[in-house]
Amino acid sequence: MSTCQVNKTYEEINAKIAAGEAVVVTAEEIIDIADKEGIVEAARKVDVVTTGTFAPMCSSGAFINIGQSRPVIRTTKTWFNNVPAYSAIAAVDCYLGATAVCEDDPLNKYHPGEFNYGGGHVIQDLVAGKQVHLKAESYGTDCYPNLAIEKTVTLKDLPNAILCSPRNAYQNYNCAINRSDKTKYTYMGTLKSHVSNANYSTSGCLSPLFNDPYLKTIGLGTRIFLGGAQGYVTWTGTQHKKDVDRGLNGVPLSPAGTLSVIGDLKQMSPEWLVGQSIRGYGASLAVGLGIPIPILNEEILKYTSVSDEEIFTQIVDYGHDYPQGISKSYGRVSYAELKSGTITIKGEKIPTVPLSSMVKARTIARILKTEIQKSRFYIGVPQHLFC
Amino acid sequence: MIYGTGFGFDLTKEMEVSALYSKIVILDFPSQSAQRPIVCQLVKQYDLMFNILKARISSKKEGHMVLEISSAGRAAFNKGITYLKEQGVRVSTPEHKIYKDEEKCTHCGACTAVCPTDALYIKRPEMEVIFDLNKCSLCERCLLTCPVRAMGLFSDDLKETA
Repeated sequence: MSTCQVNKTYEEINAKIAAGEAVVVTAEEIIDIADKEGIVEAARKVDVVTTGTFAPMCSSGAFINIGQSRPVIRTTKTWFNNVPAYSAIAAVDCYLGATAVCEDDPLNKYHPGEFNYGGGHVIQDLVAGKQVHLKAESYGTDCYPNLAIEKTVTLKDLPNAILCSPRNAYQNYNCAINRSDKTKYTYMGTLKSHVSNANYSTSGCLSPLFNDPYLKTIGLGTRIFLGGAQGYVTWTGTQHKKDVDRGLNGVPLSPAGTLSVIGDLKQMSPEWLVGQSIRGYGASLAVGLGIPIPILNEEILKYTSVSDEEIFTQIVDYGHDYPQGISKSYGRVSYAELKSGTITIKGEKIPTVPLSSMVKARTIARILKTEIQKSRFYIGVPQHLFC
Repeated sequence: MIYGTGFGFDLTKEMEVSALYSKIVILDFPSQSAQRPIVCQLVKQYDLMFNILKARISSKKEGHMVLEISSAGRAAFNKGITYLKEQGVRVSTPEHKIYKDEEKCTHCGACTAVCPTDALYIKRPEMEVIFDLNKCSLCERCLLTCPVRAMGLFSDDLKETA
């Protein structure tokens, strides 16, 4: 079936993990190994390459069951620390989105707003074991007569809490500039006027979907590091695109693949789920996410050996174009250039600003490596591939 | 280049041999001296140079200034600071006012977009966010730009005792 010289199955790799014999390296470490040994020899030696990313991922949230009260209630509105959760499910289930903000938040009335507390912060407080004030309302029915409840809870008191995010781990993202004459406060950070800074958000060569650009090993059921616990890929994420312009190495040149993911919030940690207040934009949640890539053959190994020099993105104007829905690129830059601290746009040197933590991404890739080496984390065999 | 480690003036050898001693200081003028010309004497009498990073007068007529003072050596700098204190000016440095909570910082880098003096910068290749207090001009732009609020101000009470 394969023309590859190295062929390993998921079962063989998991058997090596069980025996404590799997060779695991991070997506940064594999670059030199592939360079020195060649991809075939490297694929023979290495069984798993670990990746990681830690950045604000706005399309995140949690399904929470708040537990019944007496008399019983079917909630129609629910708040956690005054942050509203979607309650049009039954009976005491709700979905708390990362970007929901406190009811009394002044938003952008005084622009740029501060957005000090939102859904992402509630999620972080819950996993930190902090007390959260819960309030819910209903219109009352014969079977669910209770009209309102109020209680203080911790995550332990809640019967179920499932982190379930429709779009995480974006494969590539725009480099944002601002060509207008006013500072812009965006989800890509603060962008000073007249192209005074260029913001980007990725862990580059460590980013999960840059290491498997066609999602050949990542599918439904892929086990991942999610918020400090083991989670799973459930499907492609919203806005997922696979028919995009790619480099010769298969890596998309603009925003492309995404993943929807799930995991038990009760096992997660405030170190890897961090509430975000993005000035002038809103609240969000920074999510720590990592995916181990099984080296099934040298083709997969070649994908994982991608370096920042070989990953490119487009420069987009968030001062005018993006808000107006105009799709226009002001050039292409590599992540090696972006990570160097300056890029050149029309002959002018522009300082670059990262929004995604390389420090945390490296830690995730290292944690995954150690967990697999210690036989505590196995490769999830995908039950369905999206490619 | 900006040198200096604090108001203990425990300068290292490297700093003593450097050509220019330079430091950012915060001056708080009580209402009775805010109307008098004081900082100009740093140039006239003490041969110091300064760059005004921030200046404002409060509704109670108290003055507040952030200066970067440069001199040929620390002795001249010290004389100037002594003069300011004699005039009733409260002198402090950024380390008394602002801090970075290393527990909270995720090293995302968002703050580096707004820091005007590169006091917050990315250390490469580690990609760690470093806060160099000696370069901080106390503009406070980082406070609300940091998505996890890792940058903080000491309370006024603490400031008095610092």
